[in-house]
Amino acid sequence: MHASVRPAVSVNITPSTTGSASREATAPLPMRMSISKLNFFYGTKQALFDISLGIAVNKVTALIGPSGCGKSTLLRTLNRMHETVRSSRLQGEILLDGQDILTQDVTQLRRRVGMVFQRPNPFPKSIFDNVAYGLRINGTKLPMAEAVEKSLRHAALWDEVKDQLHKSAYDLSGGQQQRLCIARALAVEPEVLLLDEPCSALDPISTAKIEELLVSLKDLCTIAIVTHNMQQAARVSDFTAFLLTGQLIEFSPTPHLFTTPGDPRTEAYITGRFG
Amino acid sequence: MAGSRSFISKLREGDEIVRLITFLFAASVVLVTILLVYELWIGSALPRHKFGFHFFVTSVWDPIFDQFGALPFIYGTLVTAGVALFLAVPLGIGAAIFLAELAPATVSDTLEFFIDLLAAVPSVIYGLLGVFIVIPMMREYIQPALKKSLGFLPLFQGPAYGVGFLTAGIVLAIMVIPYIISVSREVLLSVPRDQREAALGLGSTRWESTWKVVVPFARTGIMGSIFLALARALGETMAVTMVVGNTPTISASLFAPGYSIAAVIANEFTEATGDLYLQSLIELGLVLFLLTFILNGLARLLIVATSQRGSGIQT
Amino acid sequence: MNARLRWRKFVSGFMLTMTGICAIVAVAVLFFILGYLVYHGGTSISWNFFTKLPAPVGESGGGMANAIVGSAKLLLLAALIGVPIGFLGAIYLAEFSGSSVAFVVRYAADLLNGVPSIVIGIFAYSLAVLPFKHFSTLAGGLALGVMMIPITLRSTEEFLRAVPRALREGAMALGASKSKTIATVIVPAAYRGILTAILLAFARVAGETAPLLFTAFGSRFWSPGWNQPTASLPVMIFTYAIAPYEDWHRQAWAAGLVLLGLILVINILARAILSRGIAVPRS
Repeated sequence: MHASVRPAVSVNITPSTTGSASREATAPLPMRMSISKLNFFYGTKQALFDISLGIAVNKVTALIGPSGCGKSTLLRTLNRMHETVRSSRLQGEILLDGQDILTQDVTQLRRRVGMVFQRPNPFPKSIFDNVAYGLRINGTKLPMAEAVEKSLRHAALWDEVKDQLHKSAYDLSGGQQQRLCIARALAVEPEVLLLDEPCSALDPISTAKIEELLVSLKDLCTIAIVTHNMQQAARVSDFTAFLLTGQLIEFSPTPHLFTTPGDPRTEAYITGRFG
Repeated sequence: MAGSRSFISKLREGDEIVRLITFLFAASVVLVTILLVYELWIGSALPRHKFGFHFFVTSVWDPIFDQFGALPFIYGTLVTAGVALFLAVPLGIGAAIFLAELAPATVSDTLEFFIDLLAAVPSVIYGLLGVFIVIPMMREYIQPALKKSLGFLPLFQGPAYGVGFLTAGIVLAIMVIPYIISVSREVLLSVPRDQREAALGLGSTRWESTWKVVVPFARTGIMGSIFLALARALGETMAVTMVVGNTPTISASLFAPGYSIAAVIANEFTEATGDLYLQSLIELGLVLFLLTFILNGLARLLIVATSQRGSGIQT
Repeated sequence: MNARLRWRKFVSGFMLTMTGICAIVAVAVLFFILGYLVYHGGTSISWNFFTKLPAPVGESGGGMANAIVGSAKLLLLAALIGVPIGFLGAIYLAEFSGSSVAFVVRYAADLLNGVPSIVIGIFAYSLAVLPFKHFSTLAGGLALGVMMIPITLRSTEEFLRAVPRALREGAMALGASKSKTIATVIVPAAYRGILTAILLAFARVAGETAPLLFTAFGSRFWSPGWNQPTASLPVMIFTYAIAPYEDWHRQAWAAGLVLLGLILVINILARAILSRGIAVPRS
């Protein structure tokens, strides 16, 4: 897996208990991705203001905040998915392993930074072909069937579908479809996996299965997840970033943020004073 | 009776009259349709009883000896429609992909506007251009060029008259492209965004995400647009009869002059002497009706099926 | 970037350019057609064209006055048949009918819509020519009218349905009967769409040739009344285009320009009316 081959770059953007520039005096964690002074615009409307944070290697980083705070917007910059919207403009720096992703080839970038979406969106193909899609376009060293099985195992879906790989993906339940989408994303062996509210369209049981899955996936790749469910963030993530109206209010290790939040606005949010 | 009725029931009676009148008009639509099928059926009674199934497999069309076979016309109709689709489908789907996936919204809407205008051009105008522009072009340039390069194929052999199956096919292709483009564009636009994003997110190039994900997602709707175009091509009369050569022959060569069902009806209806002749033409009309009826029905099913899928059949 | 990725990106750029070319070719055809018509037809349009009757075969200097009038008469008849049935039938579908009747009527209309125009000609022939043993303007008008019915019906129904519930309920809450509501609130609210539907139906049948070939047939003279065969613009174009006379070819171009010009103007007008109205669904 790429995670073990590429050296993780240590950048001095560590989660801190204050939302501002002062840094903790602890040894910096290795960061897979780092964002510096990111400002984001949809046309003339600014959606993100001066965001700086790091996504730590092999950890789960959660982005939380009320509706419209910009957490999905932020997540989507990490694999340049914002470019599908014509009016979007980005200023600042986003690094993957120390290299600026904005100057890289975007097709290559997206292979390294994968994405799972809010609603399960399998392709109108068989289960096998869904997982194999990324492998077919990017090429794979393993034989296809092996690679597909590997991904489905990582997504905790193999046992449920191994006998029906050629059935349509739409025959699966919502939770299974979402795990299929995770398998599909994992198949190309990304270094980072972005998940945009992956459980919001699912029932509680499927949600629990996926949360379990995410914790186990940390060893494979670095994970960034957007969620509106605070308990979920508290359960699965190692670091949490709280955003409000496009600004990064607080970014700290999860237990710290949820028990002793540094900023009064963070406290107001996590105690449910606003939604 | 009149005096004791309440104000309300008087009102309601006004409604009843309107309801009845509008119902009659609506029912008349159904009546007209049933009448049409009925007229076609009884209007073709003679040849149906005389020839039966042989009508469809006989290739002789000889009014003098009262021999009427539909085969050359069915052949010509299918061949010209086939050539038309062969040319129009790739071009049409290509254009639809451009309009739906690549062009910015204003460009896409503007071009779509022009393409809708193209669909409004009447058949006889295409025929006009066919006679004065396409036929000479075929005769002087295209047919000789095809003969030189691909003349070893039986498709492109024989003298280059300018008229023929190929010419009619080309004119038909131009006529049906707008249908393929506008319907395909709509179904492509209705594919949910996150399909495309999922493909891009896996590191696909734009073409890969379009061709391997978006287009397959819309494939039933696109098939529907093709059926729609086929139905139009089969029923086209004027443009075809002006360029096809109007000769009831069956030939392997696309350069040969031919005929189509609609064209022979247009040309010979007013000169048909005798009931058998006329009714044979009407029977051809019945065949054409059935063909387009089935195709249109299928097309509608397919297009509806795609739009339902787009709205999410995921649980 | 490795070789495989370079190739994939090349293919992507290439294929996407090809699709752009397809779109340009498709649109270019329209401009080609217009260009040729303007060029060939524009030079042949003259006062004669609009005012004179066709000259004897072989002579030049004739016009298409009778065809123009003939087309106008045919379209008037078509509208008299197609518009009331379409409009009133649509009111029934949108305001009164239950779903099963509506389904049958819509199905019939869609079926009728898909019938090739030459077959409609056969139908009109059976009804209006055969029993009377002669061609007539009436028969031609009937054929075109039948073609107009489904177009006006379906479009009008959609526009009527699109009128917001709130408007209907507001009127009915004030005590208006259903028919009053329809007449004074719903139809006026949908008038743009209905007008557009009628105009587009007009544009569609104005260019139809095939159904006229054995109903209205054709004529080189004036056609008084409604019971005689009449010339029409599309049929004249057809007749002249396939004849061997240069002069006739030129007149065919002119007629083509006039006909297409009329149809395009109606189309553009219809869309302009629609786009300025309240948001209503495209059919």
